[in-house]
Amino acid sequence: MSPSLDPGIVIVGASLAGLRGAEALRLHGYAGPLAIVGEEPHPPYDRPPLSKHVLAGELAPGATALPNLVPLRATWHLGVAATGLDRPARTLRLGDGRVLPYGRLLIATGAQARPWPGSEEAALDGVFTLRGRDDAAALRAVLAQGPRHVLIVGGGLIGCEAASCCRDLGIDVTLVDPNPTPLARSLGTFVGGVVSGLLERAGVDFRPGVHVELLEGDTFGRLRRAHLRGGETIEADVAIVALGAVRSTGWLAGAGLMADAGGLTCDGACRVLAADGTPCQDIYAAGDVARWPNPHYGGRLIAVEHWGNAVEQAGHAARNMLAAREDQQPYAHLPAFWSSQFGVNIKAVGLTEGADTVAIVQGSRATRRFLAVYGRAGRSIAAVSFDEGRWLPAYAEQIRAGRPFPPIRDATDQTRIATHVPGFPAPRRGRAAPAETGGIHV
Amino acid sequence: MRVVVDLNRCQGYAQCCYAAPEHFVLRGHEILFYDPAPPDAKRGEIARAVQACPVRAISAEGLDAPERPEAGAAS
Repeated sequence: MSPSLDPGIVIVGASLAGLRGAEALRLHGYAGPLAIVGEEPHPPYDRPPLSKHVLAGELAPGATALPNLVPLRATWHLGVAATGLDRPARTLRLGDGRVLPYGRLLIATGAQARPWPGSEEAALDGVFTLRGRDDAAALRAVLAQGPRHVLIVGGGLIGCEAASCCRDLGIDVTLVDPNPTPLARSLGTFVGGVVSGLLERAGVDFRPGVHVELLEGDTFGRLRRAHLRGGETIEADVAIVALGAVRSTGWLAGAGLMADAGGLTCDGACRVLAADGTPCQDIYAAGDVARWPNPHYGGRLIAVEHWGNAVEQAGHAARNMLAAREDQQPYAHLPAFWSSQFGVNIKAVGLTEGADTVAIVQGSRATRRFLAVYGRAGRSIAAVSFDEGRWLPAYAEQIRAGRPFPPIRDATDQTRIATHVPGFPAPRRGRAAPAETGGIHV
Repeated sequence: MRVVVDLNRCQGYAQCCYAAPEHFVLRGHEILFYDPAPPDAKRGEIARAVQACPVRAISAEGLDAPERPEAGAAS
């Protein structure tokens, strides 16, 4: 192929990872053609404010467009999904029938909300998932009308943040989760119990250990009530289905890659693996969709669906895309996330998966201001802060270095450290295994 | 103009809230609520907020991204 016909680099996915990947390519000197394909019609926007300030009505749904930090000189294909990948022909199929050639490819298609399992029930008026800007706009419009009762199914980050917004708006809300506390999968029930307390103080009707069997509509197709396992019902005109996310890999069916709902498997340098396990030299992945062996966790394959990973992995993949084959750098990332809910700032670093012990090392659960560290087999593997974020970087360093548990014993204001059982629920049946989704996926 | 804050990095020092009080607000102990789309006329204030952040957590379109340590990046 002559250089003038080089189709250049194509990025599939126009959210945070796609944008930051494109910027990193330009920043590191890539001067060739660059195209960005995005399924949504919107230019890249920031998602974390959607389940907080957009639902609360403090920000318009369109206000969170992301700053473009480096001139891109890119061709944008927005509002059109990639529907197939033909590796031998080095082309993408697009949803509008077009075929887009690529020289190198960065896959950053992210994830989508896990839908309610019954499609007819999911289609009822008043049943929502919350992932994109349009979801948030639609849900915000309904919340602004003052629904009688909102049911939130799933006590992960999104479910808890939505519950917090509803209470701020004075809306009656019930939150159901099969586990004993919210955030049980990511933080365990010992720390999750603090979130239970936040829900109760805010007036959320929290129902732990509850399974929703069926969403029932009226004759006009509007949500009426939810039927719980055991026969009880909850009357609700709005349901927010917050059951986590599935990785957007369906469009790669038949492409001969290692891809499923848990992610697209990469090598340590963010190169996508073919079905036979060999890395594709010209296809990289980054962000929520990418599942890679993380050196911080013994090379275990993990996918991290959080903001910081999207930024960092996209930058890393872009640098490797421009580097020689013998100069591919491994991607080591300590996962991190934040959430604000019920007036409390929650920040976490590391993966709690497999933790066998947890200790409050600063503050106390009773005051709802504390820092907890998680240990596994004597090593510090993760930490979470509730309104104590200033301590977190020091613990992040200890975790990154694989220090013993607990890592810091003689800090100022520190009381005697007592250890506890973190209380992680048993793995879900019929769901992606925790090893695929990462321990902080909720 | 467009603004985004890396809230993993933010430590709640609130220097941005002094530099551009209409566009950065600290709630509770350490929740930063910021305006992701301030008017262009406020570019000067936003630039001061970007520069004032001790952990360099604020990025804004058209303002030079400050040097920041690559915390957590692979070597």
